[in-house]
Amino acid sequence: MSVADNVALARVMVAAFAAQEEMTLTDLEEIKVAVSEAVSNSIIHGYDNDPNGVVILTAKLVDHALEIVVEDRGKGIADIEQAIQPSFSTDPDRMGLGFAFMQSLMDDFTVESHVGEGTRVFMVRKVKLGASALVEASVTMGG
Amino acid sequence: MKGEIELYLETVITQGILRIKAAGELDMAVANSFRQQVEDMMNQAMANDIILNLQDVAFIDSSGLGVILGRYKRVSAMGGKMAIVAPQPQVRRILELSGIMKIIEEYSTDEAAIQAVKGGRTIA
Repeated sequence: MSVADNVALARVMVAAFAAQEEMTLTDLEEIKVAVSEAVSNSIIHGYDNDPNGVVILTAKLVDHALEIVVEDRGKGIADIEQAIQPSFSTDPDRMGLGFAFMQSLMDDFTVESHVGEGTRVFMVRKVKLGASALVEASVTMGG
Repeated sequence: MKGEIELYLETVITQGILRIKAAGELDMAVANSFRQQVEDMMNQAMANDIILNLQDVAFIDSSGLGVILGRYKRVSAMGGKMAIVAPQPQVRRILELSGIMKIIEEYSTDEAAIQAVKGGRTIA
């Protein structure tokens, strides 16, 4: 379910998954922030804090990179370019930094969104891989 | 909001300054609790200055940052000061990334922050 404390679960899951490979603590901490921002955005903006919304988080290790996808079927973003500006925020306290952090902390970042259909955030963090490549994990948080 | 967590804060008034020590993870789950508690303390204490000790905070994202900035705006509007104490490296990284460290000073101890905040005050 898109409940607030599931955000911490999402961070822990991705960090634990990513920690299988040779990542620094800095890598893990920055990935946690990016995941937290994406999942929080889905809950707060995608679903307007409706606890029944579904957020799908997928993490994949492939070709020296950690790929993370956060998807929701919420209300979507009408103007993505405006939404990713750091000064843009519909909540006076949030500062609109969520997307800015995702862009800064990850090596690649894209947002796809359609009004009334949902939003998909795709992020990549390049890492050194050990022998166990091509591993995938997925968590669906939903009610 | 479902799943919200009550954030535990330690607060004390020292020399007219509201000292707050947070612990844990400052994300959307605790943001409302964080915001409300600090607002309530600011109202009760009638203190214009805040020292926020983040020594035991292991994580922060834009939700937690937003609460800090919102309280800074209120403090600043009242002519007060805010200082941050002992952020962990990963927390400092996010504070720096946001630009908030250009407007809020960081200190290694509460005592150093108190001296700096008091030192900036004009004694009539």
